[in-house]
Amino acid sequence: MQFPESWLRALVDPPLTTSELCHLLTMAGLEVEECRPASADFSKVVVARILSAEKHPDADRLKLCAVDAGPHGVLQIVCGAPNAAAGMKVPCALVGAKLPGIEIRKAKVRGVESSGMLCSARELGLSDDHGGLLALPEDAPLGQDLREYLNLDDTLITLKLTPNRADCLSLLGIAREIAALTGVPLSPPVCEPLAPVHDEVRRVVLDAPAACPRYCGRIVRGVNANAPTPEWMKQRIERCGVRSISALVDITNYVMLELGQPLHAFDDARLAGAIHVRYPKDGEQLLLLNGQTVTPGADTALIADDEKPLALAGIMGGEHSGISAATTDLFLESAFFAPAAIAGKARALGFSSDASYRYERGVDFQLQRAAIERATQLIVAICGGHPGPVVEAVAPEHLPSRPPVRLRIPRVARVLGIELGEARIEALIAGLGFPCERAGDVLTVTPPSWRFDIAIEEDLIEEIARLHGYDNIPAQPPRARMAMLPLPETQRAPMQVRRLLAERGYHEVVNYSFVAEEWEADFAANAAPVRLANPIASQMGVMRSSLIGGLVGTLAGNLKRQIDRVRVFELGRVFLADAREETGYRQPLRLAFLAAGPAVPKQWGEPRREVDFYDVKGDLEALCAPRRLQFVRGEHPALHPGRCARVLLDGREIGVLGELHPRWVQRYELGQPPVVCEIELGLLLETPLPAYVEVSRFPAVERDIALVVPQSCEAAALTSALWSAAPESVREIQLFDVYQGKGIAADKKSLAFHIVMQDTRKTLSDSDADEVIGRLLVAAQERCGAVLRS
Amino acid sequence: MIAMDSLEELVTQATAAFAAADELARLEDVKAAYLGKDGSLTALLKGLGKLPAEERKSAGAAINAAKSRIEAALAARREALKNAQLAAQLAASALDVTLPGRGQARGTLHPVMRTLERIEQLFRSIGFEVSDGPEIETDWHNFTALNTPENHPARSMHDTFYLLDDTGRVREDVLLRTHTSPVQIRTMLAHVEKYRHLDVMPEIRVICPGRVYRVDSDATHSPMFHQVEGLWVGENVSFADLKGVVADFLRRFFESDDLKVRFRPSFFPFTEPSAEIDVAFMGGALEGRWLEIAGCGMVHPNVLRYGGIDPEKYTGFAFGMGPDRLTMLRYGIDDLRLFFEGDLRFLSQFQ
Repeated sequence: MQFPESWLRALVDPPLTTSELCHLLTMAGLEVEECRPASADFSKVVVARILSAEKHPDADRLKLCAVDAGPHGVLQIVCGAPNAAAGMKVPCALVGAKLPGIEIRKAKVRGVESSGMLCSARELGLSDDHGGLLALPEDAPLGQDLREYLNLDDTLITLKLTPNRADCLSLLGIAREIAALTGVPLSPPVCEPLAPVHDEVRRVVLDAPAACPRYCGRIVRGVNANAPTPEWMKQRIERCGVRSISALVDITNYVMLELGQPLHAFDDARLAGAIHVRYPKDGEQLLLLNGQTVTPGADTALIADDEKPLALAGIMGGEHSGISAATTDLFLESAFFAPAAIAGKARALGFSSDASYRYERGVDFQLQRAAIERATQLIVAICGGHPGPVVEAVAPEHLPSRPPVRLRIPRVARVLGIELGEARIEALIAGLGFPCERAGDVLTVTPPSWRFDIAIEEDLIEEIARLHGYDNIPAQPPRARMAMLPLPETQRAPMQVRRLLAERGYHEVVNYSFVAEEWEADFAANAAPVRLANPIASQMGVMRSSLIGGLVGTLAGNLKRQIDRVRVFELGRVFLADAREETGYRQPLRLAFLAAGPAVPKQWGEPRREVDFYDVKGDLEALCAPRRLQFVRGEHPALHPGRCARVLLDGREIGVLGELHPRWVQRYELGQPPVVCEIELGLLLETPLPAYVEVSRFPAVERDIALVVPQSCEAAALTSALWSAAPESVREIQLFDVYQGKGIAADKKSLAFHIVMQDTRKTLSDSDADEVIGRLLVAAQERCGAVLRS
Repeated sequence: MIAMDSLEELVTQATAAFAAADELARLEDVKAAYLGKDGSLTALLKGLGKLPAEERKSAGAAINAAKSRIEAALAARREALKNAQLAAQLAASALDVTLPGRGQARGTLHPVMRTLERIEQLFRSIGFEVSDGPEIETDWHNFTALNTPENHPARSMHDTFYLLDDTGRVREDVLLRTHTSPVQIRTMLAHVEKYRHLDVMPEIRVICPGRVYRVDSDATHSPMFHQVEGLWVGENVSFADLKGVVADFLRRFFESDDLKVRFRPSFFPFTEPSAEIDVAFMGGALEGRWLEIAGCGMVHPNVLRYGGIDPEKYTGFAFGMGPDRLTMLRYGIDDLRLFFEGDLRFLSQFQ
């Protein structure tokens, strides 16, 4: 809501500066979004008349003007405007005037002296119009300061209103609020009833009384639709951001801005019979004033006459029944449409109108008669005409009710945390103009018809807090019973997991939860992803079921930025259709990380090596330590089929680890294949409580053995074979070498283990150790066909 | 008779000869000249037998004293040469200590997560726990239970993302949550259930960080962003407490005791009274400007009822903050989109 300060001050004029007034509004919940001068800054520009305009002796396009500036004398001014003509009244910048960007001095223009400048609207910063000099009305007083004459020392205030404060979508509403806040009396516009001068009426039938419980109509005959809009009115509505169209339209807009009541003027000659407020018949169509033809839905109320629909009730008038320059008889509408009947309708049709914006938030339902009188008064004064009687159709049972609200005075202190006292509370409520009665501790308050947001005790408490000032409520340090919070040691916070990964060189990213459909197909083989109904872009059209696509995208983006070493992770939700869930989607938190490029940053002490599967596996193992993960060869649509592991924790599959499939490496232009890991976060957060095991006082015996097994034998199988035969004294079995090549048959490989044995009761002898190793070898031989490498 | 002078001479000679030896091998050769089998001292000792018995004792003592002094000089020289040799060896193996250290570089937390971690820690210090909820949320939790019925004008404040079902129809019962406030409802319902057996339930003090979604995209709006919801419900929780907690938090978060914080009336369907919170810094690029930072208010009685809580018995406050914006202000970031672009040149700055 934008309005000029001068208009507001005409209704209520508190002794406050503009910035104090803006602060007052903001701190009362009517946030001032913008406050700017109504016109650019300029000085010493006066109303003048061009007495004569001759051609410049030395320039074809310039004119030499004699200008009467009233008390400032007759001036000789050179002017280039094409429309400069004798007799015209124009703005004249005197010598010494400051205009936006320039200062006017006495000058010689092509040898002729010029003492001032005649101005266009653009030169004064009033509009973009630079077609020529700004023509001023004939009655503009000669020599008067232009700022004064055009009332330019005004401020445009824009409020960012919250949806509950529809009552402030008018000057009257804002003025009422200021009066309550400052105690300065309000001078509301006069809306005296006009005596009808004829008795012609149109009957009004409320066929949809819930949507339209009150409708006032009036015929005004013999208006001059071509009368000009008075300058003062034009200026006020334009400073509210409403374009001036014609006097009749301007008047309806003026009253809407002034009082908050949308009005509509029909051309009475185009109406047939009674006015109906009704729902549409099947397939009924209407051409609106904005040129759009609509087929209103069954729940959208129409204004119609006996024959045809005329307007979308409370939203927009129809093209065929509207007023034009030829109109002489008006039918004026001032109605109350219920918020529920209007809400969302305009939006569904793809536009919004000033009327629908107000109706869906709530218009004062007792304002219709006053508004139609106010509008008639202005029409008669500006366009002439003869008003008939006001016809009012009302369905009282459908008007909004305003049941009294009980306010328990002690409750105010409980909710706000501050004692205001009964007298102060009562005074604040009374200042709003809300009728109220007190009985003991309880105030019974009747909300006024213009407020749609006062229904319960808390609503009144908010009014009290607002008027008292939020600033005047103390900020109280929190008080509560102290109790320590639980701190489960076996549960890690996701933040700890993030920190661990960051320590290992990964940078956290936050990728969008919606991704391109292609990513879902490529990285999750998901042909039926969860689709958004209204994505902002097609590459953000589906909900992700995997974090891998996002990380690949991050990699590709950074490669484009010439960063070849990328280690990134993301912790976030993925979305999987699952009918058993409350929402229909399972939304587990996952952790994914990706490494690409050199294994370590380029440095002098380490040879350059590309990151590989085992680097990232090491990161994952460190993340889970001390819990041990199992890795099983697997397949995944995103990953290289030979370099992909399913990851299990306590036998439960928690994720996948592997090198990106060469196909995607190529398609997404990644150069070297990155290694990625994606796991469910839930199980990863659990970590065991350390449990002490006795430390042996006896020396350990260490043995290294190398075993030759078939190529196909997995390390894990051999390790578990060894463990299966290990007595309690075996503390460690550590794989420390893998060898293929010279000395080993082509279909074989050698795996070397470091074995540590230690007993808690005695020193192990060589023969004890030999015996243990013997048992391990037997098991390895039986289960994996292993033989000791000679 | 052995002249004492000549013994003295010998000691001086030997000490000088040792000093002249500049490496251990040479020193051993020189040693032989004095203390060896054919050395001068050895010869003198051998000559003792030829002396008369009465002289033999004193001469022997004098020779032995001279021998000890020569041995001491030898030992000292040997030590000095060894030290010099070690020093030379160590000098030869000196490192360039300015070469960079070896190994992996450290990564970073996302700047917004840094902020969330600080928020969690600050609120935890006054007894708030952390809670979470789904991002595809039911319409009921996101709107209805937050006192925002169908067609309520407040719904137009959010431009909501909706989903399609298998058949391509728009699902009206679920949406991408537009704020973290639905976690309030989930928290209240779970809390009430947990303490059903008690006459007076313990207070709810919880913050709920997470991702939220709105149909909006420009330099200051992202279709996905973060929010932190806070909720405190108890028997005597007031607006003054809300002001205290939030103002305290903001001053701690920005580590600025003179940060100006103001509460200004606003409107949210789920709080009454409602407030918008603005802060103004007392220095820096944004000095003196009021910046909108959070929305808050006393939990609307209808919302408490939807959460299973009797509004006559309990009151509470709630707030919702934008950690993205807090992060931007804290670190001087001027474009929200940087948070979601994964640019390592940006992310790696937050060590």
